Amino acid sequence: MDPDRFTHVDEMTWRIEPKGAMRVPAIIYADEALIRDMDDKVHEQATNVATLPGIVRASYAMPDAHWGYGFPIGGVAAFDPDHGGVVSAGGVGFDISCGVRTMVTGVAADKIPPLQKALADSFFRQIPAGLGSTGAIELDTDEMTAMLSGGAQWAFERGWGEARDLERIEENGRMAGADPACVSERARERQRREMGTLGSGNHYFELQAVAEIFDEAVAGVFGLKLGEVVITIHCGSRGLGHQIGTDFLKEMVVAAAETGIDIPDRELACAPINSDIGQRYLGAMRAAVNCALANRQILGHHARRVFNHFFPSADISLLFDVSHNTCKVEEHPVDGKSRSLFVHRKGATRAFGPGHPSLPAALRTAGQPVLIGGSMGTGSYILVGETSSEAKAFSSACHGAGRSLSRHAALKRWSGRKVVDELAEQGILIRSPSMRGVAEEAPGAYKDVSSVVMAAERAGLARRVARLRPLICIKG
Amino acid sequence: MEIRPPRADRQAKGARGMGWSHFPHDADIGIKGVGRSPAEAFEQAALALTAAVTEAAVESKAEVAVRCQASDLELLFVEWLNAVIYEMAVRKMLFGQFQVRIEGKRLEGLLRGEPVEVVRHAPACEPKGATYTALKVEKDRDGLWSAACVVDV
Repeated sequence: MDPDRFTHVDEMTWRIEPKGAMRVPAIIYADEALIRDMDDKVHEQATNVATLPGIVRASYAMPDAHWGYGFPIGGVAAFDPDHGGVVSAGGVGFDISCGVRTMVTGVAADKIPPLQKALADSFFRQIPAGLGSTGAIELDTDEMTAMLSGGAQWAFERGWGEARDLERIEENGRMAGADPACVSERARERQRREMGTLGSGNHYFELQAVAEIFDEAVAGVFGLKLGEVVITIHCGSRGLGHQIGTDFLKEMVVAAAETGIDIPDRELACAPINSDIGQRYLGAMRAAVNCALANRQILGHHARRVFNHFFPSADISLLFDVSHNTCKVEEHPVDGKSRSLFVHRKGATRAFGPGHPSLPAALRTAGQPVLIGGSMGTGSYILVGETSSEAKAFSSACHGAGRSLSRHAALKRWSGRKVVDELAEQGILIRSPSMRGVAEEAPGAYKDVSSVVMAAERAGLARRVARLRPLICIKG
Repeated sequence: MEIRPPRADRQAKGARGMGWSHFPHDADIGIKGVGRSPAEAFEQAALALTAAVTEAAVESKAEVAVRCQASDLELLFVEWLNAVIYEMAVRKMLFGQFQVRIEGKRLEGLLRGEPVEVVRHAPACEPKGATYTALKVEKDRDGLWSAACVVDV
């Protein structure tokens, strides 16, 4: 994008002034190089979001923003139900509650190389990944309903994971307000055999080493030590979330027209929060959040089981589990008053600063862990939420590196086999059912995750705590 | 009959530009079908969807019928792709042959394919849903119909 299209507020803040149907400005947090690399569609989509009814303060985009659906990926917007605010199925997207969980093992990374190949093969066998894979779990109607209401708590009660995991998951592992009755039969059918599966696309399971610590004090609170191994899982609500997104996007396109909401892009399909369809979507979307939380809890259990087979004395504890495709009701100060807002984060991570009451006691002094997935070659980051992020973007930060090349372009440029071989030379083992899938997810297809997290830090959204280097990556 | 999507150019063009192709999107993939009628364009776009997942041959071992409806042709196109995606997901199948009949706002489709074999098909991605992004169903000056949108993978 041309930086001249923005008001350059400060080094990291780029503002699109309200014009036309925009109700509020649009604000992108990034450095100039990231802005120049961003697709013009980010400008267009952030502007479109600013036109939606009931939007509060601004339409925001994070440093990893790229062309999405209706909302840019990396988009954040809050809506006030008392001022005609809307909820948007497009604003949450198809992969409802897609997110990341990181588990700390306490095992030194120098113990991995002799076992690395066997570990990679075991994880690949035990973690169902990609199209055509099914988990060992099949849910009947009653269990499906219980899962949709109970989330990770349901999974724990069925024997997946440990009680101490729950407080380290957003919403304590269970999203309140879920209404399984609002979830269609088609969505349930898509999920029936998909619990405990990783999925495909940019989803991954990684064994990583803590390669660099930026903040010793916070790293200590998080249990992160230089040179130790962590396990990170990136996936979402699987077929159930995809179908709920599909079902309600269709319904909201029609409803928006009927209620007179003028949407500049059909993908922005939305409905008033205080409407029948708005409430039904929220009930179904929250059930999908529970599905994602349960799914990551089951995958975390499998990860523990496999890792403990190789390292029986390892005490694997959950650092945190965050979702980055959600709409959540949160209290935020606006013009000196606390307001209850429906915050959409589409490819953006909640990033509460120190002292936030929703954080577990053990993390409260430090702030919320913000888990940032990079690419399979360049590594990932763990950040911590900053108090300043509240005023900047309703306590939000980036969620990943963000793509710089389309899958189409990546496929023309790289061979999956070559990517796998080159990464193996760097000590990173890749396991995937598809070499073409690996090519599409090649490290070079992503932006430099380091510059994205540096931009988030300099913008006051979240601060770097640790950098993670991949050792094993399972791609769906 | 087996449909073998070609590898290198991510497209298959027949006579007079008919066929399917992929087009880029930052995060996902655009699919496009071109034919002599909306129904043919829809069939070709479904081939593009399958080609986004696998480069291997898809044999016609089983048949699945789908029906959908929508208020206009563009929304019907999204409904059609979502019907195919749903059958792929719940049956764990890939489809290599499609027949579409459109009457007014209604569509009847026949999908022919086989269960996914992970090693042979090496699925590169798992379609989540068809989107309204870059959604276009139109007739060109030569009378050919095209149908396109971005699919979230």
